[in-house]
Amino acid sequence: MTTHLHTISVLVENKFGVLARVAGMISGRGFNIDSLNVAPTHDAELSRITLVLKGDDQALDLCMKQLRKLINVVDVSDIKETQAIARELVLVKVKADPKKHSELLEITNSFHGKIVNETPHSVIIEVTVELSKVSAFLTAIEAFGILELARTGQLSLKR
Amino acid sequence: MNTTAQATTPLTKADIGPEMKGADAVVECLVREGVDVIFAYPGGASQELHQALARTDKIRVILPRHEQGGSFAAEAYSRVSGKVGVCMATSGPGATNLVSAIADAYMDSIPMIAITGQVFTKYIGKMAFQETDFFGMTLPIVKHSYLVMNVAELPRIFKEAFEIARSGRPGPVVIDIPKDIQQAKFKPEFPASVHFRNPLLKLQHKATDETLKHLLTLITEAKKPVIYAGGGIISAEASKELKAFAEKTNIPVATTLMGVGAFPETNSLSMQWFGMHGSAYGNWAVDESDLLIVLGARFDDRITGDTSKFAKKAKIVHVDTDASEHNKNIHVQLNVLSDVKYALDRLLELITATKFAAPDTSAWHKQIQTWKTEHPFSYEESKHIQPQEAVKVLYELTKGDAIITTGVGQHQMWAAQFYRFDEPRRYISSLGLGAMGFGYPAALGAKVARPDKQVIDIDGDGSFAMNIQELATAHIEKIGAKAMILNNQHLGMVVQWEDRFYGSVRGNTILGDENNVGSPDNPSALYPDFVKIAEGYGVKGRRVIKRSELKEAIQEMLDCDGPFLLDVIVPYTEHVLPMIPAGKSVKEMLLK
Repeated sequence: MTTHLHTISVLVENKFGVLARVAGMISGRGFNIDSLNVAPTHDAELSRITLVLKGDDQALDLCMKQLRKLINVVDVSDIKETQAIARELVLVKVKADPKKHSELLEITNSFHGKIVNETPHSVIIEVTVELSKVSAFLTAIEAFGILELARTGQLSLKR
Repeated sequence: MNTTAQATTPLTKADIGPEMKGADAVVECLVREGVDVIFAYPGGASQELHQALARTDKIRVILPRHEQGGSFAAEAYSRVSGKVGVCMATSGPGATNLVSAIADAYMDSIPMIAITGQVFTKYIGKMAFQETDFFGMTLPIVKHSYLVMNVAELPRIFKEAFEIARSGRPGPVVIDIPKDIQQAKFKPEFPASVHFRNPLLKLQHKATDETLKHLLTLITEAKKPVIYAGGGIISAEASKELKAFAEKTNIPVATTLMGVGAFPETNSLSMQWFGMHGSAYGNWAVDESDLLIVLGARFDDRITGDTSKFAKKAKIVHVDTDASEHNKNIHVQLNVLSDVKYALDRLLELITATKFAAPDTSAWHKQIQTWKTEHPFSYEESKHIQPQEAVKVLYELTKGDAIITTGVGQHQMWAAQFYRFDEPRRYISSLGLGAMGFGYPAALGAKVARPDKQVIDIDGDGSFAMNIQELATAHIEKIGAKAMILNNQHLGMVVQWEDRFYGSVRGNTILGDENNVGSPDNPSALYPDFVKIAEGYGVKGRRVIKRSELKEAIQEMLDCDGPFLLDVIVPYTEHVLPMIPAGKSVKEMLLK
C-alpha cells in the first residue's frame, strides 16, 4: 500500500447536487480531502472540480472508477505532477507596518505577487504559486502578522 | 447490461402534449415507458400524483399497507420481469420508508424508480411538515437521483431516469417532486431520446477478440477449470449463452446466490451455488481450480471469505461490464471489461470459427462427482418436520416450477439449498443488503409480474412478521401469493451464530415467551398465531405440526386460488450447513 498526494481533476455537468455526489463518493471511501476547487469552464454546461487528497494508490484507483460512474461526471483524471501545470492563488491579509513596508514589498516581489489592497491597518497580498511554494511564502511573511488567509486550493491542467 | 426494451414505439422527434398538470405529465411519462403497475401509498405531498393516476386506466395502482412493503414489491416485480419496477410514496416518513428497498436495489443492481412527493418548493429547507431532504438522504444508495424544481423538466427527467435505471449495471433512481411542481400546468415536451455527457452511458463494453481468444487458450490449457457466474448473467439476460458456453467447453458451473438459476441447477455441470452456506463441492472446486472464469459477479465477502486465501491456485479471469469491480476485492490475472452477453456470444462464435476442442478434464469431473456424492446438501430426518424437508417437499410438489421469494436468515439459505432452480428470475431474495421482511411483499410483486406462476414466499417467523401487514394487500388486491413460514420461534440464523460462536447465550433471539418457548413438542406456547392473524386479514391459512401431514398441507396451500399462509412448525435446533465462518477460508468450512 503506497500513500501519495494525488491531484484529481473531475469534469462535471453543472447539475443540482453534483458536488455532494463527488464529495460523498470520496468521503464514503475514507479519503480526506486536502483541498477542493470548483468553478465553471469555457463550456457553460460544465464545471471542473480539482481535488487534492492523500491516499493509497489502489484505493484511489477504485475511487476514480466509481467517480466515473456518477451520471453527471464527464471525465476523471489523476494528474501527475510532472505532466501538469499546477498553481494555487493565495490572498493574505497582514498587519500594516510602515517601517517594514519595503521588506514586505521585497518578499512579495520575490514570489511574483502584488499588493492588491492597503488600509492604515492592513495590507492584502495576492500571489499565485506552485503548491510547494505556498508554505515558503507564508513562512516568509509570518513575522508581519497574518490576519486572514484565503486560498483557492490547487488548480491543475495537463500540459 | 439489461437490454429489455420497455418503451413503446420509439419516437423520432419530441412530442408536445396538450396543457396539463405536472402530475398528469408524470403519469403520461410512466405510460410512455410501458409501466402498467405501480406500488404506491398516498399522502399529502403525493396526493396530486394519485389523483392523476385515478384519471388513467393504463396503470394499475397497488396500495401496499406500508411503503416498505410497496417498495420491496416493486423491486421483486423488477427482479421477476426484468422490467423497471416503480414505487411511490409521499414526502417525509413515506419517503424514509422506501430507503431499505432503494438500498437493496442498489446492492443487488435492480432497476427501480422510486417517486416521492416533496413539500412545496417554497418550504424546502425550512423543516416544513413531513419534509426530509430525500435527495440528500439517498445519495449513497442510488444510481442517480433528481429533485425536480422546474415542471418543464419532468418529461426529460423521467426519460433519463428509466434509461439510467435499466442500462449498463442496473440500479435504483429516485425522483423527488415538490407538490407545487405536481400542480403546475404546462405543455409537456416529451423527448424522443435523451443525451448523456457521461461517456459510460453511451458505451456497450465489448471484449476484444484477442482477449477472448486468449481466454479460450487458457481453457485448453486448464486441468481444473470452473465458471463462477453471478447476477450479471441474469440482468444481461445471458443464461442461454452461459449454458451453451459451459456445455461447449465442458466446464462445471458454480453460481452466486444472485446468480441462482442463471445456469440450470439440475444440469450435470451445475455445482449449484457456493459461498458461506453454498455447496461443499462448489466451494472445493473453486478453491482447487486452476482456471476460474468469473462472469458478471463482484467477489462479495460471502463468496470469497478470506480474500488472501481465495482460489489461490487459479488464474482468474473476470468478465464484467463495471470497471470499478475489476481488482476491487480480488486482484486477478485477466480483467475483461465487457457486456457479459456479448462476451459469451462472441466466445461461442470463436469456438466454432477456431474449431476449439474442449480439453480432457475427465479427472477433474470425476473428482467433483465424488465430492457431490459424498457431500450433497443434506439434513438428518427427525420425528418432527425439518425446515429443509419442507422446502424439499415444496420442490417436489411444484415440480421445480414455482417462483420462490424469501426473507433473510436460515430459511433463505435452505430455500436456495433444497429448491433447485433451472431458470433465472425464480429465486427472489434480498442478498447484498439482507433485508428481513423482504419475502412476502416480494411475493406480491412477483405474483403481479407473473400471475401464471405459483409464487411462494419461503419465510421465517421473524422475517415474515416484519411486513405481515401485506396480507391485507394480498387479500384486497386479489394477489394469490403464498407464504410458507418455517416457524421455529427464534431468529434462527442469529441463534446459529450464538451456538457456534457465543456459547449459546441467547441475546434477544427468542420471539415468544422465553420462559415457555413454543416448539413442535410444546405447541400450546407457539406465538403468535399466524393463522388467526391471516384470518383477520381475510387470508386462508393452516398450521402444520405433524410430519405426516406436511405433504398434504403444502398441497392445500398450492391448490388455493388466492393468497394462503402455511405455518410450518419446525425445531429451532437445525443449523445451516455447510458454513464457512465469516472471514475464514474454504479450509475452515464446517460440515457438521
